[in-house]
Amino acid sequence: MAFFLEVLFNGLLVGIMYSLVALGFALIYKASDVFNFAQGDMSLFAGLALVGFLTVMPLWLALICTIGVMTILAYGTVFIVFRPLVARPPLILFMAAIGLSFLVQGIGQSIWGTQPKGLFLGIPEITFDIKEVFLNTFDLTFGGVAGVLVVGLVLFFQKTRTGRALRAVADDHEAALSVGIPLLRAWAVTWMIAGIVATVAGVAWGSRLGVQFSLSLIAYKALPVLILGGIDSITGAILAGLVVGAGENLAEVFLGPYVGGGIQTFFPYLLALLFLWFRPYGMFGKEIIERV
Amino acid sequence: MGRKLIFTFMALVFVVSLAMFSGQALAEEKTQFFGILIYRTGPYAPGGSGFGSGWEDFMTLRNMQGGVNGIKYSWEECETAYNTARGVECYERLKDKMIYVQPFSTGITYALIPRAGKDGMTVHSMGYGRADASDGRVFPHVFTTPTNYWSQNSAKIRFIADRMGGMDKLKGLKIANLFIDVPYGQETKPLLDAMSKKYGFIVRHFPVAPPAIDQKAQWMDIVRRFKPDWVINRNWGVSCTVPLKEAARLGFPRDRILGVWWCGSEEDVLPAGPAGKGYITANFHGVGRDFPIIQQIVDKVYGAMKGNISFTRVGTVYYNRGVFGGIIVEEAMRTAHKKFGVKVLTREEFMWGFENLNITEERIKEIGAEGLCPPVKNSCLDHEGGGPVRFQQWDGEKWVAVGTWVSPMREFVRDRVEASAANYAKEKGITPRKCD
Repeated sequence: MAFFLEVLFNGLLVGIMYSLVALGFALIYKASDVFNFAQGDMSLFAGLALVGFLTVMPLWLALICTIGVMTILAYGTVFIVFRPLVARPPLILFMAAIGLSFLVQGIGQSIWGTQPKGLFLGIPEITFDIKEVFLNTFDLTFGGVAGVLVVGLVLFFQKTRTGRALRAVADDHEAALSVGIPLLRAWAVTWMIAGIVATVAGVAWGSRLGVQFSLSLIAYKALPVLILGGIDSITGAILAGLVVGAGENLAEVFLGPYVGGGIQTFFPYLLALLFLWFRPYGMFGKEIIERV
Repeated sequence: MGRKLIFTFMALVFVVSLAMFSGQALAEEKTQFFGILIYRTGPYAPGGSGFGSGWEDFMTLRNMQGGVNGIKYSWEECETAYNTARGVECYERLKDKMIYVQPFSTGITYALIPRAGKDGMTVHSMGYGRADASDGRVFPHVFTTPTNYWSQNSAKIRFIADRMGGMDKLKGLKIANLFIDVPYGQETKPLLDAMSKKYGFIVRHFPVAPPAIDQKAQWMDIVRRFKPDWVINRNWGVSCTVPLKEAARLGFPRDRILGVWWCGSEEDVLPAGPAGKGYITANFHGVGRDFPIIQQIVDKVYGAMKGNISFTRVGTVYYNRGVFGGIIVEEAMRTAHKKFGVKVLTREEFMWGFENLNITEERIKEIGAEGLCPPVKNSCLDHEGGGPVRFQQWDGEKWVAVGTWVSPMREFVRDRVEASAANYAKEKGITPRKCD
């Protein structure tokens, strides 16, 4: 039983890390109907920028500069890439996001190179046990950071004027425009927030894996989370991340040996597809009803 | 005015003829061309760029010294991004000028073996690709020189036995084989199973699906349930680093993890920080700059600002592997020159040189590669060439050699190589050639 609980808790902690990536997707999709294929690459870009800044300045200043860089990237994306595509079909926006993904990767590698870089934030990695269930301080720290980020985002969207404007844009672009909310500025703010989320995800995953090209692949871990939680739901991204993290770890450890192992990658997709039979918009996705 | 016009016209004719003559002279200079399938971008760029640049720097050095018996090298890079389809495309694009291909990817090697066979092209999968390609009767155009994965794993078992106090101590030992679930990762499962039967150790295989950026489940299973004495880390790229972090979290000693040589570079351990200290991996060449040939590259190539990679990477694992690869190619050329005369070689002539390659201790000294590479001797039957393995340990800052070259279990491995090659020949309808 202790081992089962250990796998479960550790799976939940990994799941929070998936949620961090999925959050960026959900935020942008909610506000602009763009499936941001470049979210993983934005995390990589943020990680590379942070490591680059850390060579010449202390951590707190490097973090501020990284957020600055991500803000520039967000504004550049909205005003250069997406502005000419306003009111185009979603598929065109998706294609633009794919292009953006390769562009961000290429720029990142051109500036900071392709060599893996260590990212050490001084967070202690101490393993301890509670009734034989082993946990790690590093995972718990980032679990806490993700929790604070989510609470912050919820408060921002619910309690602030800008947050309410962003929700209005997300609900209905035209209605929001008709009451004087500037659409492009709202998009830029959303992309900026997604950039900050990407920075946190990049730092969290970069500390685990090192900052290297593979960091962009974390986006694939977020896809089943989005299918399961609903592509436009922040709550869904968090809860589905936990389900996916716990589910894939339990499946690998307890089902894997019977089917040859290595099921961790496809199991979440299986889970998500099964869930779609019952809830096509995911756990918390907005159900779209259109007049025929 | 007329005279001025005539002078201008004559000057123009002179300049144009000079340009044409020098261009012609340049084109007439005979060079041996090599197409370099490289990956300087993508998740595996550290491996591709290090290896390719090491080889290019070695060729640059030789060109500065006058070439190989006077024949200079020329080369062209083609970016594969470690993608099999792009690798095949690069091969098709450059093959008319090539006599040899180093695919530098197991996937590309598998794809090129039949094509290159038809083209009469030498395929050199240096310590990767199909282990059974070491049987020259079935794979006359493929070489795994200087070693293959199966030899490596038999050397690993010998290394473990040595650490435990003898071959008899293997009985009852638990070994976890953690591998990335692609053909490259699966390649050594049958050999480890066969060895576990012979020596009485227990082996359990733990697959991780690519890209394997999260291996928490496997490591909890390994450390908390299976409780092994040793773990074999058979991953690639980022998935080589993850095990070190997970092992550290679960308190598994890093000096009980044995990595494959594609998980034994600086790029694999540096991102893990202190978690990488003590980790041991296999290798098939020396590391560092303390070799005369590397020093020559430093002095002459980088001294003249003609290097192909950042200077800090000179002497690292992948870089030195590229230099060693360059030495093998060059010695094959020299062998062919002795037989066919000094000239730009054809595919057939070069393949003959590769098959009759014999890099002795004396020759290694002459090259200035003592300690960098082991002696290698190919034959019609044996396309592996020796197969010695070296082990190295990460001390937190650099790789340190552990002991001397370890010989693999040659007979045990060779029997399986031949059996597997025979199966391949049967499947493909190949009649193995005779080697006398």
